[in-house]
Amino acid sequence: MKNVALFVPCYIDQFFPNVAISTLQLLEKQGLTVHFPPSQTCCGQPMANTGCSADAAPVARKFVEMFSGYDAVVCPSGSCTSMIRTHYGDYFASDDEQFIRVRDSTFELCEFLVNQLGVRNMPGKFPHKVSIHSSCHGLRELRLGPCSEQMTPRENLLRVLLESLDEVEIMPITRTDECCGFGGTFAVTERETSVAMGVDRVQDHIAAGSEMMIAGDMSCLMHMQGLIRRRDMPLKVMHIAEVLQQAAGD
Amino acid sequence: MSIALPIVDHPKAARDFVNNVPRSHWHDDSLWFVRSKRDRQAQSIPEWEYLRETASAIKRHTIAKLPDYLQEFEASATRMGAVVHWASDASEHNAIVLNLLRNSGAHRIIKSKSMLTEECGLNEYLIEHGIDVVDTDLGERIVQLRGETPSHIVLPAIHIKKEEVGETFHQHLGTRKGEADPQVLTEAARGHLRGKFLEGEVGITGVNFGIAETGGIVVCTNEGNADLGVSLPRVHIACMGIEKLLPRFQDLAVFTRLLARSATGQPITSYTSHFHGPRDENSELHIVLVDNGRTKIRDSDTFRDALNCIRCGACMNTCPVYRRSGGHSYQATVPGPIGSVLGPAKNAKAHKSLPYACSLCGSCTDVCPVKIPLHHQLLAWRKELVGQRLLAWNKRVGMKAASFLFQHPKLFAFSGYWGRMALRILPKFLTHNRLNEWAIDRDLPEPPRQSFRAWYAENRGSETAEKTE
Repeated sequence: MKNVALFVPCYIDQFFPNVAISTLQLLEKQGLTVHFPPSQTCCGQPMANTGCSADAAPVARKFVEMFSGYDAVVCPSGSCTSMIRTHYGDYFASDDEQFIRVRDSTFELCEFLVNQLGVRNMPGKFPHKVSIHSSCHGLRELRLGPCSEQMTPRENLLRVLLESLDEVEIMPITRTDECCGFGGTFAVTERETSVAMGVDRVQDHIAAGSEMMIAGDMSCLMHMQGLIRRRDMPLKVMHIAEVLQQAAGD
Repeated sequence: MSIALPIVDHPKAARDFVNNVPRSHWHDDSLWFVRSKRDRQAQSIPEWEYLRETASAIKRHTIAKLPDYLQEFEASATRMGAVVHWASDASEHNAIVLNLLRNSGAHRIIKSKSMLTEECGLNEYLIEHGIDVVDTDLGERIVQLRGETPSHIVLPAIHIKKEEVGETFHQHLGTRKGEADPQVLTEAARGHLRGKFLEGEVGITGVNFGIAETGGIVVCTNEGNADLGVSLPRVHIACMGIEKLLPRFQDLAVFTRLLARSATGQPITSYTSHFHGPRDENSELHIVLVDNGRTKIRDSDTFRDALNCIRCGACMNTCPVYRRSGGHSYQATVPGPIGSVLGPAKNAKAHKSLPYACSLCGSCTDVCPVKIPLHHQLLAWRKELVGQRLLAWNKRVGMKAASFLFQHPKLFAFSGYWGRMALRILPKFLTHNRLNEWAIDRDLPEPPRQSFRAWYAENRGSETAEKTE
């Protein structure tokens, strides 16, 4: 594994550059050469999830062109990774080799570290009471952890990395994998329900005694951070890439 | 039917329910309790996922060979002495039932829970034709007395609090004002229904499973009301959707193990009643097989698996949207995830908001005992609706613009830069007002000075990123 491309989702690029910087640095510390193809923008999920396939298709095709030729594509988001792995099939012929190569070599960050590089121990300490928000697409489409509806045992990959840090205390929440209500345009078209779902999630984490909610998807965290700020609730949010990078002391 | 159905606006229909926070939380907790019971039951079965896989395979096979199995079922049921009727739609179904009632001179019918008859609007139809219809399932009776429709397919009155049931019973059954003790209220309903059972001239039931091999039908209840309802009258009419078939008697075991566990977290329903023909030579058993749009769904490669549904309601119990917005917000006979798939199949325009009443979390897909890929079907419906030009024009234009932006990296970087700049320098009342739906109840993220691509260009300069910033 030599030639790794970094895919930074559009909203992370624009609003949470530190998540992308942390991801880049984490990957570089694994001894990888990481490229950031500069003309990347978005995976096309907003259009696809609205049902606008014709608008998603050219974005998907550009993505595959841009990211072919790498050994792996790493993305700090389960949802955007799932767009490529689970949903890009709609926009390509089933025997399109370039597409198949990109699809099969695109990984979510935790999944890449644990399953592809075999990393199970991260250096450093994170002396906080934290709790995990397992994002839906990472969970139920990529299966990055145990799903409460299914009776299939699985390992939560984000948790593997998080609990390898020293002095971190992971607090148990009551509904381990309920949706936060972000859901892309759902957050706007179904605002009231989306907000109710998000507030309930935040309260579950606060009741668990957590100081900080940690997730692999910044989109869920952006939604819940917005709710927390508006209501002055006592909880911080942090992407796993930033946690790992901060723990390592860089 | 050419009746123009009102267009359901789910966010609007949900507003009052979800904004009543104590009520919405109470509803959410009640259903989460059921979901948790389901989880415990599923955990107690080591072969749970194997059962789901098997059930799904049996259903797919049956639906693929549906014409053969329907004919086999008709032949077997007829051999047992039942009379099989065929209805292509709701109005044919209703006419057949009314005709059977007229033939037996019946004016009072007692009916156990059947979502199919709800779907066909049978109650209203019969009442219009002078028939007295009594729903005997407790939840359905409560809903019926209140002049409402069920808000859940297994728990029809889950949206009603016990105090409100007390008020309804005070008005209709004469219980003490303010009585809210479930035991007392249930006793009152029991006494009231006992009289109705004795007066009933024809019993109508739904059907949970029909067995092609034996011609038998199976009805599952917890209250025994279906059994009582068909044991006293001479005539039993069973209304059955054509997708309820199973090929062999031995297939049934797979489904009885899944149904109650998925539905209410019970190992099995209190009553699982098998009917093989009429009970004696003086009695009649009529089975009405209803299509009402099912063959249309069967024709679709994308939505065919929706016919696997055994109406357990697990997708409603797990759906975070359903739990907070309530079943009535869907304004459809079947609410929740499966209802949001079936509704548009019936009338895409009237139900176009339902596939969007979903955060695509996928919990329904994983909880479904017959493995209907529900959230994928909801996404597929969105594509279908856009194809039929049923998405609002502003959303269509918005997505076209987004697509253009994402295909032009320089423009994307440029707009991002100015967008963030605007957010930083404009006063909050301009960025966080009623026109910004996101920010009515949520803050926007704090815009950073530099995007990642700009940072990268500065710090890892070898590959030039956009120089806009």
